[in-house]
Amino acid sequence: MRLINRKPGRVLAIVLAALPFVAVALAYTIGSEMRLAVNPQDRLLPAPATLLDTAIRTFTEAERRSGRILLWHDTGASLFRLLSGVGIAALLSLVLGLVIGLLPVMRGTLSNFVAVISMVPPLALLPILFIFFGLGELSKVVLIVIGTAPVMTRDLAQRVLEIPREQIIKAQTLGASSLVIALRVVLPQVLPRLIINMRLSLGTAWLFLIAAEAVASETGLGYRIFLVRRFLAMDIILIYVLWITLLAFLLDWALRALSRRAFRWLEAGL
Amino acid sequence: MSFVQVRDVWQRYGTRSIIERVNLSVEEGAFISIVGASGCGKSTFLRLLLAEEQPTRGEVSVAGAPPAREPDRARGVVFQRYSVFPHLSVRDNIVAAESFGTRLGWLWGARLREAKARADATLARIGLDHVAGHYPAALSGGMQQRLAIAQALTARPRILLLDEPFGALDPGTRVQMHDFLTELRAENPMTVFMVTHDLAEGFKLGDRVLVFDKPRWDPHAPDAYGATITYDFDARHGGIPYHHLREKVDEPAFAKA
Repeated sequence: MRLINRKPGRVLAIVLAALPFVAVALAYTIGSEMRLAVNPQDRLLPAPATLLDTAIRTFTEAERRSGRILLWHDTGASLFRLLSGVGIAALLSLVLGLVIGLLPVMRGTLSNFVAVISMVPPLALLPILFIFFGLGELSKVVLIVIGTAPVMTRDLAQRVLEIPREQIIKAQTLGASSLVIALRVVLPQVLPRLIINMRLSLGTAWLFLIAAEAVASETGLGYRIFLVRRFLAMDIILIYVLWITLLAFLLDWALRALSRRAFRWLEAGL
Repeated sequence: MSFVQVRDVWQRYGTRSIIERVNLSVEEGAFISIVGASGCGKSTFLRLLLAEEQPTRGEVSVAGAPPAREPDRARGVVFQRYSVFPHLSVRDNIVAAESFGTRLGWLWGARLREAKARADATLARIGLDHVAGHYPAALSGGMQQRLAIAQALTARPRILLLDEPFGALDPGTRVQMHDFLTELRAENPMTVFMVTHDLAEGFKLGDRVLVFDKPRWDPHAPDAYGATITYDFDARHGGIPYHHLREKVDEPAFAKA
């Protein structure tokens, strides 16, 4: 039997899916033990038990000076920045994408401009953003918007253009104005794509968020990682990285669930 | 003055002539089939009737109105594919024919309920009431086209334009669709233009069959000349228009002899 025709059964599928995770965990444990055997003071690969210990402490214990549990505080600050950044970028890209895709005049005006803007490396703008918008929340949100909106806009405009011409003509013969075509024909059909774009942009958004927090911030997940780096607190860094990964995964999962519930017509095939 | 008037229409894209010198006048209520080889400007002609494109020369007028500059409610259209909205349920696709003409494209309250009731009546008449809540993707090709035709007619257009509407259907469904269209026409007479590849279909449904072809042909410049209407058949009575006329026999003369 050819390899391309070989499909794993249910149990095997679960085992196969778990395999890479188990392998990484195992490799880490072995590496950690080898290092700790040579030098019990080693800080680079803390033992899994130490990690668990640190995890419990970071999730539950309050900092003595401020009385706040830093992890939750950092999570709140980072999620606020991330979600407002991606949310604003999504709204912006939706409006621009519709306008560029539907109106030839706006397409002529904006499409090249957006294409050029999307080529600007956002991180290179970070100093400018800090100078203009200060070191507070605004500059970080703006960085995420600048980093994700142009790509989302280009993609969405392209999707609008890909809607069959027949549908646009048909809507016109039913008496629809440009506004009605935008609201009732095009918008509902690109919304699923907007959710996909948000899911894809979240990865980049995390990147910009952590970069901005690392450079200048007083709170946030990225800030904390770069702060404890000075003390070589690998256990805390690892916990934060795992936590960020989990958050990113949950956000992605939530958006996918939303998309599946909201756009039943996409899966209406026979 | 005839209902649809096409006066000396030419259409050219750059140096490519697509159709030239097309003149046509059509009475209200006629069913016009348009046939011809591929690339002979049938669909271009339909787009001109639809006012999706403007002719390079000449003008098209429907119901005595000045030439339209964009598609409007006077023109209903059904394409071979993508004629219904995939994100609207079957019922909402029919309601859309009423709601899209409003300012924001939505109907509310009593008007919405009335429109839905009318849509359900329409769906019952065309035999789609059992799938009213489904999305078009769950329908067969024939059902989708039936829905598309009903949707176009709900907007009460002056002319109905069909661009190979049954081209993607299997032969059995196609015959059913012919009957469906014939029934609809019997209920409310309308002026129809149908582009088709199928000659038999054109003659079966049409009152007139127009053939598009290129009368002038330059082998060194195939794009130099466009197509025009080369034949205009009377397709009533199975394409044999005069067979029902009896020869008048000069009876007295016959009797004398």
